[in-house]
Order: sequence, then C-alpha cells, then structure tokens
Amino acid sequence: MASVDTLHVGSVSHGHDHDHDHDHDDLPWIRKYVFSEDHKYIAKQYLISGILWAVLGGLFSLIFRLQLGFPNADLTWLKPILGEWIQNGKLDPEFYLAMVTMHGTIMVFFVLTAGLSGTFSNFLIPLQIGARDMASGFLNMLSYWFFFASSVVMLISVFLKTGPASGGWVIYPPLSALPQAVTGSGMGMTLWLGAMALFIVSTLLGGLNYVTTVINLRTKGMTFSRLPLTIWAFFITAIIGLLSFPVLFAAALLLIFDRSLGTSFFLSEIYIGGEALHHEGGSPILFQHLFWFLGHPEVYIVLLPALGITSEIVATNSRKPIFGYKAMVFSIVAIAFLSFIVWAHHMFVTGMNPFLGTIFMVLTLIIAVPSAVKAFNYIATIWRGNIVFTPAMLFSIGLVSFFISGGLTGIVLGNAATDIQLHDTYFVVAHFHIVMGSASFFGMLAGVYHWFPKMFGRMLDDRLGYIHFWLTFIGVYLVFFPMHYMGIAGFPRRYYSWTGFDAFSYTGETNELGEAIIKFADMNQLITIAAIITFVAQFLFIFNFFYSMYRGRVASANPWKSNTLEWTTPVNPGHGNWPGEIPQVYRWPYDYSKPGAKDDFIPQTVPFSETPESNLPNEVDE
Amino acid sequence: MATAVIDEKENKQLWGGAAEPMKASYGKLMMWFFLISDALSFSGLLITYGFSRFSHESYQGTVEAFKTSVEYWPIPEKVFTHIPFFHINAPLVFVGLMTFILILSSVTMVLAVEAGHRNDKQDVQKWMLWTIVGGMAFLGCQAWEWTIFITGTPEGLTVTDADGTIRQIFGASLIENEYGPRLFADLFFFITGFHGTHVLSGVVINMIVFYNVCVGTYERVGHYEMVEKVGLYWHFVDLVWVFVFTFFYLV
Repeated sequence: MASVDTLHVGSVSHGHDHDHDHDHDDLPWIRKYVFSEDHKYIAKQYLISGILWAVLGGLFSLIFRLQLGFPNADLTWLKPILGEWIQNGKLDPEFYLAMVTMHGTIMVFFVLTAGLSGTFSNFLIPLQIGARDMASGFLNMLSYWFFFASSVVMLISVFLKTGPASGGWVIYPPLSALPQAVTGSGMGMTLWLGAMALFIVSTLLGGLNYVTTVINLRTKGMTFSRLPLTIWAFFITAIIGLLSFPVLFAAALLLIFDRSLGTSFFLSEIYIGGEALHHEGGSPILFQHLFWFLGHPEVYIVLLPALGITSEIVATNSRKPIFGYKAMVFSIVAIAFLSFIVWAHHMFVTGMNPFLGTIFMVLTLIIAVPSAVKAFNYIATIWRGNIVFTPAMLFSIGLVSFFISGGLTGIVLGNAATDIQLHDTYFVVAHFHIVMGSASFFGMLAGVYHWFPKMFGRMLDDRLGYIHFWLTFIGVYLVFFPMHYMGIAGFPRRYYSWTGFDAFSYTGETNELGEAIIKFADMNQLITIAAIITFVAQFLFIFNFFYSMYRGRVASANPWKSNTLEWTTPVNPGHGNWPGEIPQVYRWPYDYSKPGAKDDFIPQTVPFSETPESNLPNEVDE
Repeated sequence: MATAVIDEKENKQLWGGAAEPMKASYGKLMMWFFLISDALSFSGLLITYGFSRFSHESYQGTVEAFKTSVEYWPIPEKVFTHIPFFHINAPLVFVGLMTFILILSSVTMVLAVEAGHRNDKQDVQKWMLWTIVGGMAFLGCQAWEWTIFITGTPEGLTVTDADGTIRQIFGASLIENEYGPRLFADLFFFITGFHGTHVLSGVVINMIVFYNVCVGTYERVGHYEMVEKVGLYWHFVDLVWVFVFTFFYLV
C-alpha cells in the first residue's frame, strides 16, 4: 500500500489507508491547514467555528433581551451596528423575531450540534478507540466544509435587507412559507433552508464516519464493553442523527416546494391581507410532525455527547470508577430509543386526539427513568470520591445540576394537562435552556477544559477557569430560574412587546413616584442584566482559550492521570496519533483507585499480568 | 452469513477490536448506514403521502362509474392507463413494465457484483453496462409517464373556481390537477421525482464505476468492492420503488 499512497499524496483519494503512519509534512499547506483530513485538525476547525457561532448566537440573544428587559429604552446607540433595524430608537419588531429565530437556530444546530458533536466526536473517537484517524478522512473533511458552507449561507442571510428567517427556529408553516406574513419568510427563509440542507449533508457525512469508525476501527482488545462512555455517547448520538436528520431533510424539501414552486403540502386554504391564496388541501400540522420527528431526537443529539463527556470527566476527577457503567450505556441507548417515539409532546396544543396525547405523555415520562439513572450515577460516582476540582470537573458538576433542575420541569411539561397551560410560556423557555442549552454548553466547556492539553499541548489557566465557571453557573441560574415563575404566571414567549397587553403587564398599581407598576418588568430586567454579565464572562474563556493556545503552561502527557487511550499519545500527536504501534487495550477505562493498586489509576493499556496486586478473580488477560 | 453456526470464540474476537465485526469494510458499512438514513427520508415522504391521502375524501361509488374529481382521491388504475403507441385502456401496464425493467436492472447488478467476486473484468463490464441501460430505460419510461400525466386527457376536467367561473383543466401540474385533489399531483411529482433523482444519481455513479472498471482501476486495487457498494445503493433504489409503486399505483 505504501507505493499506492505515495502515488496519491496530495490527491483526493488520500487517507484510506489506516495502517500506514502518515507523515503529513510533505503536504502542501492548504491540505494541512485548510482542507486537512486529520481528525484532530478537523475537530479544532469545528471547535473554533462553534465558538464564533456561540458568540454571535449569544449576541443575538442580548439584542432581544434588551428589548424585553428595557422596553422603553432608547436604542439609538445600536444604530451604527443594526442600521435600519433601529427605527426611532426602537428595535424593529420583525428584527426581534429574526433575532429570536437566529439565536435558536445557531445555538441548536451550529453550536451544540456541529460545535459539540463535530468537535468531540472527531477529536475523541479515533484517539479513545485507538485508531489512526476516522474511517474516511476525506468524507470527514467534506463534512466540515459542508458545515462551513452552511455557516456562510446562514451568515449571509443575517445581512439581508428583508432580514433572516424569523418564523422561529422550528420554522412552522404557514408563517415560514408566506413572505406576505413576515418579511423574514422571503429570501431569509430560502437561505435558512439552503443552509440547513447543507448542514444535514454535513451531519450525514460526519455521522457515517463516527458510526463506522467506532464499529470497525477499534484497536485490539477494545471491546464495546471497554469503550469509554464518551464514545458510547458519540456513537449513539451519530446513530440518532443518521435516523432523524433525513426526516427534516424531507420536510425541508417539501417546504421549499411549497414556498418556491406553488405546491400545497403544508398549506391549506389561506386568506392573507384579504387576498385568497391559491393553496389548498395541505396540513401545517404535518410539518410539525415531520419537524419534531427530527426536533426531539435533536435534543438528545445535543445533550448525549455532553453527558458522555461528563461521565468521563466526573470519573477521572472523582478518582473513582464510573458508577454503573452498564446502566449508563443502557440509559444512553434507552434515551436514544425513546427520543424517537415522543415527538408529539411538542404538539399537545395542536388539537390532537387526547388519547394519542396520553400515549405520547406516558412515553415522554418514561424518559425520566433512564435520565434519573444517569443523574444518580453521576452523584454516586462523585459520592465519597477523592475529588479534584479542575475547571472541567466544576463544569461537569454544573451540568449535572442543570440536568436535574431542568429535567424536573420536563416532567411538568411532559404532562399533557399541565403542558396545555404552560405551552409557549417562559416556563418552556426556562426548561429547555437549562436542561438542553446550558447543560450541553457546560458539557462542551468541560470538554474543552479537559481535552485542551491534548488539543494544543498546553494547559488552560485554572484561575480564569474557576472565575469563568462561577460567573457562568450563577449567571445561568439567574437568567433562567426566574423564567419559571414568569411562565407559570402566563408570560408568553416570542412576544416583542408584552407591555401592550394588559394580561401580562397591568397591575393597576403605581409606585411612590406615581408611575404605573408593570408586571414582570423587574424580572425581565434582572434576566437581561444577568444575561449580559454571563455573556461578557464568556470572553474570559475566549481569552483563556486563545492565550493558552500559544502561551499556556506546557502540558504533560497525562495531566489528569486519566486511563483512556488519548493520553498514551505524545503531547502533540501527529497525524496517525501514535508514532509507533497502536497500543493494545486490556481493561475498561475506569480503573481508578482500584483497591490494592500501586497508583490510583491504571491506564487501559496496562495488562492484568502487570497488576497482580489489584486484579479481581475474573480479571485475566485473554 | 453463509455458515449457520457462528463460532462463539471467533465471534468474540470479531468484536474485540482490530477486526471488522460484521465482516464488512468501513466503506460498505458507510453505505449501509447511508441507506438507512436515506430510507428515513423516503419514509418521511411516504408518511406525508399517507397523511395527505387520509385527510382527503376517498371515492365512494363503483369502480366502473369512476370519474375524476377534485373532491376525492382518484383510483390510480383509472389514472395511469396509457402505454406508448397503443391507444388502448391498459391500466397499470406501463408502470408494471417500468417496475420490471428496474427489477431486471437489479438482477444485472447482482450479476455484476458476482462477476466482481470472481475478478472477471469482462463480465463486470458487461453487467454494469446492462444495469446502466436498465436505469436509463427506467428514467425514459418515467419521463414518458410524466409527460402523459402532465398533458392530460382530451376531455379534461371541469372545475368551478372560488369566484364562480367555470373552466376546463387539462393534465396535472404542481398547481392544478385534472385527476383529483391537488396534493395527489404534488405528491406524485415530488415522490416519484425524488426517487427519479435517486435513480439518475445511481446511473451517474454506475457510469463512473463502469468507467473505472474499463480503465482497470479496480483490477489494480485487486477487488471490485466499489461495484458491490454501488450495488447496495442500486438495490436500495429498487426497493424504494417497490414502496412508491405500491403507494401510488396499487392502493
């Protein structure tokens, strides 16, 4: 194969030979630094794209938070940035909706799907299973560049004169199908759909790689029961993605036809502005079914990798084996399976048959079981552990906290009866921002803190990490906790101006200055201020990230005394990961503080024959 | 798969790493997972079909007395009655022929894969070529079928617009449909079109593989696995057609 390989150096068919130790020094720089096929480099590309998107997505949320927190404020100072979208010192209502939409889209897809799965699946799968690279480096590279193209299209849509898509990240027709309804449903929506089609191609290519790599390229001895839980999570996540994204793809194609070619798949007889549209016979509810068939599994596509990362970090830093390894695996699989049969709990108010609603309700509540298993296992792992509070560990514990507090409200919302009351209120916003948004974000940050030494060969600064953690952790709760109360009181989501509605604002009381007291005003202000502080705190991390990349403390080979395979590589692994032979695996990855052992960790590469003092009776080398 | 009894020990080693557990290369595995994914796309579309169909009235009278109307879903065998060159009423004969051609092209694909296992370049070439011909014939038939569907019958259908004007419509488009409710035509064009796109891309991929077979790329590599991979795709497209055919023509 070596001769074939040298023939193809610099050509497209490179990267199919895994047994060959690649030396990429002879590659032109564009194939090394731009169109790289090295999974570690692609992971970094995903990570930095994800960070850029996160900043943008966060910034968008601040724009609409300003409107909510300070509805009477003069925003003329934003005119240099937002231009026409500020009229008479006020934020344009359609632009408000566009910002809400783009914030959701960016955070869910570009940051927490591409930024999280893309980064850590790419980075960790080959390193932790003992492979030289992904199954197909070429497809992996394409996966990133499709994501990049998708990002470019989405970014362009933000600068349109008619604004980006503004029908919510769920893009329900008819709102998203009719430019007459909202200007964002014009070109903005077209670009949204185009970007999403590219994004789905990217996830497909990435997912195919993750799944086949885990199945086929594990090193000797790396059975499925010895996979780190990170890999289990990425593996199942990739499968969920492969099964759910194509359905969104179908729905998006149908919507494109409805919008551009006059079909009526999702459009029934509609009058708009006194004009009868020609559409007939379609059903917008159908779109919701198709959308949520992706949309709900998507929640777990976002969350499961974060949970996997947490399992690894919690076990390492508690210096204890993960509690209930098999239960963790089963609960990941169970959550993945259940995620496909609960989608209609997003649609309790669509007028569905109550009997059907009950079925979806029961299935939804069953998810609490594997979720609780995971939560208890994390706590049991930490319980009486010899805890090392690294920033990664703090963020992981933060994730567990969010997972529990956000998960509990999931039980409330999963109930059809209570959901009908709480639907489209801030209670829902609070729920999913804590359990899916913040938890996954914390998983991602924990992952960056933990694997930064492996990515860049240097350490992130701990002190900045601690400050970053506490500001973010408290900030998240300050932002999202009050939303529960507002939601229970009936405060609706997505409204531009809530002060215009007596139901959400009128108290009839005045303060000592004689000004009318507006309901929710204080809470909204608190949330907005907390959101701004939390957002600004992220720049500590960004500074830390880029500064430490070049100036950070040089990392040792195994800074966290971890068992998994990635720490057996050199500090700065080249393409091919291990300079010599790929190490063989003899044990599971959680032999921490094993009774009788010399050290409090035994890497997976240590055979049982070398540790007679700590072996259990059944532990012998095969 | 050939052996019924699986050696326990060997099986364990297969899953123990440094092996291909399902004895499939990563490329084949990728193709399988892609097909599962693609199957979900088609499922989404076929569910859309089912959903739309059941939200429309179905025809209540006798089959003989059937007349097309925008009020109810048509009986497919009353819609697709044409065959080229013969002006006779031949319900579903032409689409049956199309289906037969596609299935036949799957058979030739199997033969190409089998020839690949024997490293018989001549045979692979021959059967790949037949598969390409079969695919193109299917696409040609589909184009003809669409043309007839779009052109419509000489009589057309009389409809009353919302403002009371009475007019004739001929054939089907994405906006109007002579044969029944609009969605019937919308879905027909979309789903058979989506499938046709798959066939078209299959034909193009087959051509590339055929070219590679001819210039001896796989001979040099030493195996014809690429033929097997495109074969999987081709059979999948064939299988999907069976479902599309069932939904649009039979039920």
